Amino acid sequence: MFDWIQNIADWFVYDILNLNKGQHLAEALNFFIYDTAKILILLFVIIFLMGIVNSYFPIDKVKNYLSRNKLYGLEYLMASLFGVVTPFCSCSSVPLFIGFVRGGIPLGVTFAFLITSPLVNEVAIGLFVGLFGLKTTIIYVVSGILLGTISGVILQKLKLESYLTPWVKEVLANAQKDQDTFIAEKQTLKQRLPFIWDEVLKILKGVIPYVIVGIAVGGLMHGYIPEGFFEQYMAKDNLFAVPIATLLAVPMYSNASGILPVAQVLVAKGIPLGTAIAFMMGVVGLSLPEAMLLKKVMTFKLIAIFFGVVTLCIIISGYLFNILL
Amino acid sequence: MSKVIKVLGTGCPKCQSMTSVVTDVISENNIDATLEKVEDIMEIMKYNVMSTPALVIDDVITIKGRIPSKDEVLKLLKS
Repeated sequence: MFDWIQNIADWFVYDILNLNKGQHLAEALNFFIYDTAKILILLFVIIFLMGIVNSYFPIDKVKNYLSRNKLYGLEYLMASLFGVVTPFCSCSSVPLFIGFVRGGIPLGVTFAFLITSPLVNEVAIGLFVGLFGLKTTIIYVVSGILLGTISGVILQKLKLESYLTPWVKEVLANAQKDQDTFIAEKQTLKQRLPFIWDEVLKILKGVIPYVIVGIAVGGLMHGYIPEGFFEQYMAKDNLFAVPIATLLAVPMYSNASGILPVAQVLVAKGIPLGTAIAFMMGVVGLSLPEAMLLKKVMTFKLIAIFFGVVTLCIIISGYLFNILL
Repeated sequence: MSKVIKVLGTGCPKCQSMTSVVTDVISENNIDATLEKVEDIMEIMKYNVMSTPALVIDDVITIKGRIPSKDEVLKLLKS
């Protein structure tokens, strides 16, 4: 499917720049051009498709649905799925949290949404398809959704309402189920497209610099690190690799776009995929800036429990991947 | 009549871009309006919005969760 990009990269590097095949520089440059073009195209397509899906599931509609309907346990999975199609902005996490609480949506369900939304987003999916292929992407997406669902159920069982900040407890006390069905503005896809298009361009513009730097660094490493280099340090049977990778990842700020291309090279050079996925989930799903924002609605203890449970689930899924893949 | 415009947002980059778009539209078109940035989360929640930034014109929420174009803001202010 992407042969033509490879042809362009080959032509540019070997014919125009006249570099020799097998040279470190030539190979690194070729890899860089091919990867950048392929990933940007995939990112564009996926962000666009997700934009269309999202325009039919605005956050108010999601909240209304979760607030009104009795789902007999499925609400965690539904919240997690809605999290996938909702673009995540950490600055919206607080208003969103309050909105959900106000609508009488259980805390655990809200958490399921808050966990999956950043973890499985359009940018991460686009990068995953480009870097790791479809199969790994599906595994990542499905496990991200399950991780949000299961973490949500666990957090609900822990009965954490008393660790909310006082003003949120007040909101909780006055919570009401939505009475009316949310009626979205009736718009045809044609009317929606200009807005979706604008969003796509904005998201792409925001991530392109990071993607390019990430691929450039990856390209350099690809050319200079010998095959299988990491296997000696981070073998599958090294029990500490997954927790260490996860704990390193959590404080890192979510520039998935910069980190994923590097992680791909690490996998190519011998880091087990499960360890790498745990690392990436830690980077993408949890971040310190988000924790700082949540301080307005949660006590320190609640944030710590929230991050702790999610981190634990990430570590477990890292182990599972290493065993299963 | 002077319009009261509020930009709701907790100070994220998107909210700042919305504020600058609105500021530009007001000054470029000499619109009689006051612009207020609402950053306090409790104040924001009174408007019942779940995605920021949100644009409120004379206490009506017109846009939420995205950055509008200048034309769009101009249209909203003229209507």
